[in-house]
Amino acid sequence: MLLIHCPYCNAERPEVEFAYAGEAHIARPTDPSQLDDDQWRDHLYIRSNPRGLHYERWRHIHGCGRFFNAARDTLSDKFVTTYKASLPRPQIVQSEDTP
Amino acid sequence: MTNHRIAGKGRVDHGRPVHFTFNGTRYEGFQGDTLASALLANGVHLVGRSFKYHRPRGILAAGSEEPNALVGVTHGPGRFEPNTRATVLEISQGLSTNSQNHWPSLKRDIGAVNDAAYMLFSAGFYYKTFMWPKSFWNKVYEPFIRGAAGLGVSPTQPDPDTYASRHVHCDVLVVGAGPAGIAAALSAGRSGAKVILLDEQAEFGGSLLSETDASIDGRSGWDWLTMAMTELAALDNVTLLPRTTAIGYYHQNFVGLCQRLTDHLADVPQGTPRERMWKVRAAQVVLAQGAIERPLVFHGNDRPGVMLAGAARTYLNRYGVKVGQSALVVTTHDSAWLAAFDLAKAEGKVVAIVDLRPNISSHLRAKADSLGIEVLAGWTVTGTSGRLRIKSARVRPADPTAGGARTIACDVLMMSGGWTPSVHLFSHTKGKLNWHEEEQAFLPGEHAEASRTVGAGNGSFGLAKALAEGAEAGADAASDAGYNGRSAQYMVTDETELTGIRVRELPTDQNPGKAKAFVDFQNDVTAKDIRLAVREGFKSIEHVKRYTTNGMATDQGKTSNINGLAIAADAVGAPVPAVGLTTFRPPYTPTTFGAFAGYNRGRLFEVTRKTPIDGWAEAKGAAFEPVSLWRRAWYFPQAGEDMHAAVARECAAVRASVGIFDASTLGKIEIVGPDAAEFMNRMYTNPWTKLAPGRCRYGLLLGEDGFIRDDGVIGRMAPDRFHVTTTTGGAARVLNMMEDYLQTEWPDLKVWLTSTTEQWAVIALQGPNARRLLEPLVEGIDLSDDAFPHMAVAEGHICGVPTRLFRVSFTGERGYEVNVPARYGRAIWEKLFADGQAYGITPYGTETMHVLRAEKGYIIVGQDTDGTLTPDDAALGWAIGKAKPDFVGKRSLTRPDMLKKDRKQLVGLLTDDPMMVLEEGAQIVFDPNQPIPMKMVGHVTSAYWSASLNRSIAFGVVEGGHSRMGETIYIPMPDRTLSAKITGMVFVDPENSRLNA
Repeated sequence: MLLIHCPYCNAERPEVEFAYAGEAHIARPTDPSQLDDDQWRDHLYIRSNPRGLHYERWRHIHGCGRFFNAARDTLSDKFVTTYKASLPRPQIVQSEDTP
Repeated sequence: MTNHRIAGKGRVDHGRPVHFTFNGTRYEGFQGDTLASALLANGVHLVGRSFKYHRPRGILAAGSEEPNALVGVTHGPGRFEPNTRATVLEISQGLSTNSQNHWPSLKRDIGAVNDAAYMLFSAGFYYKTFMWPKSFWNKVYEPFIRGAAGLGVSPTQPDPDTYASRHVHCDVLVVGAGPAGIAAALSAGRSGAKVILLDEQAEFGGSLLSETDASIDGRSGWDWLTMAMTELAALDNVTLLPRTTAIGYYHQNFVGLCQRLTDHLADVPQGTPRERMWKVRAAQVVLAQGAIERPLVFHGNDRPGVMLAGAARTYLNRYGVKVGQSALVVTTHDSAWLAAFDLAKAEGKVVAIVDLRPNISSHLRAKADSLGIEVLAGWTVTGTSGRLRIKSARVRPADPTAGGARTIACDVLMMSGGWTPSVHLFSHTKGKLNWHEEEQAFLPGEHAEASRTVGAGNGSFGLAKALAEGAEAGADAASDAGYNGRSAQYMVTDETELTGIRVRELPTDQNPGKAKAFVDFQNDVTAKDIRLAVREGFKSIEHVKRYTTNGMATDQGKTSNINGLAIAADAVGAPVPAVGLTTFRPPYTPTTFGAFAGYNRGRLFEVTRKTPIDGWAEAKGAAFEPVSLWRRAWYFPQAGEDMHAAVARECAAVRASVGIFDASTLGKIEIVGPDAAEFMNRMYTNPWTKLAPGRCRYGLLLGEDGFIRDDGVIGRMAPDRFHVTTTTGGAARVLNMMEDYLQTEWPDLKVWLTSTTEQWAVIALQGPNARRLLEPLVEGIDLSDDAFPHMAVAEGHICGVPTRLFRVSFTGERGYEVNVPARYGRAIWEKLFADGQAYGITPYGTETMHVLRAEKGYIIVGQDTDGTLTPDDAALGWAIGKAKPDFVGKRSLTRPDMLKKDRKQLVGLLTDDPMMVLEEGAQIVFDPNQPIPMKMVGHVTSAYWSASLNRSIAFGVVEGGHSRMGETIYIPMPDRTLSAKITGMVFVDPENSRLNA
């Protein structure tokens, strides 16, 4: 069971307190009516699904209730970092053995 | 029967006899015996029949890696466990055990014909031999194969035992209490670190328990062990867990330990759990799992009496049992020589040592000579004989050109193919394994977790290395955990340096195509099977494993993986590391379901949510049904009524006078703030800006994909306050979705969301007499239809209790929903029920609620919708605020797929036979005469008997249904095909006149 650091509680807590919430940094368009069908399809369904570093959303659902972002390696399952929902994607230099 | 026990020898308590039965025969062992050691002490080697060929099998090993000796164990009524390894089962007074997979008896087993049909049952046989004719597979072949192959039978009774679980943190977790683990625990424990030391066996000591030669710091190994364990037991910061298996090693040093608490006891104290699952989060882990001896692969290597040399040595030194009267030793490793010497010194007869290696170290040879043991160096074994026990072995020089084959009589064959480091737990962490040519083994490389591997598990064989490596790792682990760890020096004397070679199979002059040279004893996989798999094109070891099933039995290939890998690599023509190792997965050894379930069974498996009125319904004899985690009153049967009669009576009562219904499970969310209306506009399809305080509106919630997620009546309590209701099952999901948008998309909106589901009890009064019943009890609200029309909401008091009163209807009748603080729910319910007697008030349950709403054409999200219906599909297009620029899901409603005419659309269905109620979930077709498989064009979502209409009614989704009004569709059922007409969904009172009746 993973330990996850909640950036709002500033505490490490077991995975069971959290819920996964999909890929991060996919903002809802301000005016969806301006998007054509393909753009809207991409917004709804197309995700990066990388082998390696993945930026994703979690919710501390059985704690403070806040949504936050995390960078996690999908190969090792390890969290590289977690950060508040409003913050930009952190730049992370990956080690050699992770693609 | 001969007693093979040496008086006074070993660590068992010779003064405490223990009686047990095996296959109905009563035997005597001693306190401290395993079932295996006790049976061997009684001369019993034959303990089971093999999985596929029903070959007689004996005890191969002395530890948890045992593949053969699986027994069924009865600890008392209802306490039956199949497939328990005799080598880890401690005997207790009165224990009852049985062998498995044979009929009629262990010694005479009909299934053994499979052995004669060996050639039919090779790798992948079920894909090949039994494929024709096709129709025979289900009816003939598979039942036969399933009946013939197998291990123990499942228990048939519910498990009467309890299982515990415990979370714990520690600084240093040491897995394995052999010399390396004990040395690690001593170093770490002395530093003050919180240490847990565990071992799967009943007694700590590991390999020290099996040998009597070595001495540590001038003491015998056993004396040192006693001293070390005494010191550890005295340290308050050290927890010792015997009979405990580390079953899995997960992320961030989370390790699962399964501790067996009662199976070894004849009398279990009342209330003691059978097992306890420890969930340990350790700062540092030291893995001291040791090594497992490899069998040799040769024709007839599975005959009872053939066992691992190290196991024979353990039975001798630890249990005082001579496994045979005349032993033949066959080996490629020095360690078997020590086993032979120990047996000879205990006045057992060792007829010969056959060693594949031509060059044997001089001191081993000299020792053998002095003990009068014949040495056949550079020799091999090509076969064995004996039906239920080995009688002889055929041996010859390994050089195929040499002559001189001999048959040597023996009643036990002790073999050793060297030792495989146990890297299972390390592999659970995805740690990288490196192939070491010198040790001919995969060893831990870089650790993925904060852990260290020591001793034989790290390829560091021998007592001196184990102690040194363990002591240092324990100190380092303690230091890394923040303590001042200091290593210790141990002086080991009289230790023999051991070496060996690894071979894939013993060389033979016989036809290898006919050899029954077993690699995986538990799954009956031979070397020939593995070579065949490679020949048929399986080059990856993961494919070879699955095709042959090598290593896939309950022992996970502890004794077979490396031998299988070596044979596969040889057949592929690639070096072992290029072929790779299969993946080890938790649990390390078979683990009971009970240990995993722990306390979470029966009523504790899942919470049952109950409303404040639940107790009243129970007292009235209501039948209940689960709705998400809630239990809800389903119907209220009166004497002699079945469900059908009760529901018909309840429905009629609501339409005729007044019914009372517990709607407390409705999800409720309070949405408050200056931007509450704007938030509602963005979340729900409907417009909210112009909804006046004191009025309600049906709200429809979509996902961003445009499909219906939830619905409910929403009341505007004030300009900045909405009382939202959701479906019973959707409450948490809807709140999560709202929080998601509020926190991450629109954090600028000033809105607060609060779940109030359990704060309000909700009592629905429905029927023409509802107002007459309610009016005298309500203060502060004018209930006249002008002041309080359908879809009004107001705050006031009822019986002196504050209420939010809704005028809403889910039945089509005049309806009110009385919301009161939950603690008053039962009292107000009882008052309404008492006063309602004047109107013949009738309590009704969810079934009647379902029928009444269906008669009116109201849908239930999740029953009539399934996540693929748009508002238009569900005929709810009217609920969309067309003028709104945006709401969640709006953009998706104009995607091309959402506008297709042949989408599945929700419609009413009236069966041509009015008495026939359709089955919910039944599939719908347009043409009942088309060939099978038919094209399914929809399904029935709701179907009821309508007492009001005296006929059946139903909803269903049908392709293009909205443009097919009046058409006939068909519902093929197993016994007949039903027909129905597509209609609108409102069956009762389409003019809504009854809302104000």
